[in-house]
Amino acid sequence: MSFFLDFFSYGFLLRALLGGALVALCASLLGTSLVLTRYAMIGDGLSHVAFGALALAMALSAAPLAVAIPVVMAAAFLLLRLSDSSRIRGDAAIAMLSSASMAVGVIVISLSSGMNTDLHSFMFGSILSMSRGDLILAVILSLAVTLLFTLSYNNLFAVTFDENFARASGVRAGLWNALLAVLASVTVVLGMRIMGAILISSLIIFPPLSAMRLSGSFKGVTLISAAASLVCFVSGLFLSYALDLPSGPVIVMVNVLCFSLFSLVRFIRSRRPAPDLTPDP
Amino acid sequence: MSRLLTLENVSFAYDRRRVVRDLSFSIDEGDYLAIIGENGSGKTTLLRGLLGLKEPVSGTITRSEALKAYRIGYLPQQIPEQRDFPATVREIVLSGRLNRHGFVSFYTKEDRREADRAMERLALEPLQKRSFRELSGGQRQRVLLARAMVASSGLLLLDEPVAGLDPIVSHDFYRLIRELNEDGVTIVMVSHDIHCVTKNSDHVLHLGYGHYYFGTTEAYMESELVASYLPGEERGHA
Ligand SMILES: Nc1ncnc2c1ncn2[C@@H]1O[C@H](COP(=O)(O)OP(=O)(O)OP(=O)(O)O)[C@@H](O)[C@H]1O
Ligand SMILES: [Mg+2]
Repeated sequence: MSFFLDFFSYGFLLRALLGGALVALCASLLGTSLVLTRYAMIGDGLSHVAFGALALAMALSAAPLAVAIPVVMAAAFLLLRLSDSSRIRGDAAIAMLSSASMAVGVIVISLSSGMNTDLHSFMFGSILSMSRGDLILAVILSLAVTLLFTLSYNNLFAVTFDENFARASGVRAGLWNALLAVLASVTVVLGMRIMGAILISSLIIFPPLSAMRLSGSFKGVTLISAAASLVCFVSGLFLSYALDLPSGPVIVMVNVLCFSLFSLVRFIRSRRPAPDLTPDP
Repeated sequence: MSRLLTLENVSFAYDRRRVVRDLSFSIDEGDYLAIIGENGSGKTTLLRGLLGLKEPVSGTITRSEALKAYRIGYLPQQIPEQRDFPATVREIVLSGRLNRHGFVSFYTKEDRREADRAMERLALEPLQKRSFRELSGGQRQRVLLARAMVASSGLLLLDEPVAGLDPIVSHDFYRLIRELNEDGVTIVMVSHDIHCVTKNSDHVLHLGYGHYYFGTTEAYMESELVASYLPGEERGHA
């Protein structure tokens, strides 16, 4: 019990818990859509771009988020454009952009002071780095995402399932993709504070993939993904604090565990004899 | 009979390569138009043009006021291959009703009723809770058809709707479409099954490479084109 009391007596821990949980929620919701379209790896690409942008911000001693968020958004639009033109495959475009911005980041770092602690924490994440401003941004982001998902859930389903049909139904699919890209950019940049540039994409990828083991409906996957993401994040954070390990990797491992568990459930289910073997009409 | 759509000298192209050239024809309310033609002659491209998903590079497509008020139902030839997409039959059929909603997209009772009706007509009720990814090709086709049906009020564009359906289901399907047409729904159907589709259609658009034919079904069946489209053995029957 004193463990929890300890935990909550530190303001920065509470901030990390609250802000991180909100970001994890957004990442899992956006992730459901991104993973199911051709943008599954966008989180990974954007986090590398964010790394390059942060390195640049450090070198120029500018405010990190003020540089990173616009740069990452621009990258997200560029990726959408590139894969829309279908001359370059989406995943190839993402790989190009992420290695290029990684390269820029590393060169900028070695030209300037070298790896300082701030930059280190951006790469590997730190529970300490969630500031009050980050928390406020996380609250705004999660409000925007949950509002979008509740009011316009069915449009989102349509765009994700069959973009052409959605367009023919008058859904502005281009606008939707742009909106998702913008929200994903903010999520990635915020999530990097705790998870680090290298691990943030796991918050986008794991929860929806885990949820897909359990459910065959879009609604089911969306809800399970959100719930799994929250549970994994919170328990991972506590665990990392208790074991005195870095929080990002522990949270990823809890997600891996969750994925394995759900896969096992699916396996056991599929082994159970079907109650009724009459063919479908 | 009022005019819904008029095409004048319309051409479509991908990267400057024209696939449909100088096409002119029109569709009236209540028509049943069959679009026939070899693979790659531009049938799918034309349907996408009619839907407004692809802009013509030259020529004009005129949509009547009546058409603008209609909801168009569309059955695509292919949907992007998504091996593991989690979506139930019901979720997909209901999504056809989205063209009646804006940004705030809650389904109404009427939407649900229409979806139930379409699923009943296509014998999908027992499958409605099943996941799309577990269905057979023909079952999937029926789901997408149900989605097109609930989307439509007035105009239904179908791109090879019976591809992959078994003979009984496809027979029932042709009957269903005929019934819809008799209720006043305008039908535009791409099909390679020339015998079945011309049994029901009143007009035919035959697309070839660089040429086309448009006319009534009777006139078409007497023309040389039918013979040129079918392989040797079948010419005698056509
Ligand atoms: N996205 C695309 N980019 C470039 N060329 C395309 C694209 N889609 C179709 N084409 C080309 O346009 C031509 C017409 O294609 P379309 O799909 O309209 O033919 P179709 O008549 O529907 O054929 P099928 O009977 O096989 O369905 C083809 O030569 C095809 O190669
Ligand atoms: Mg086609």
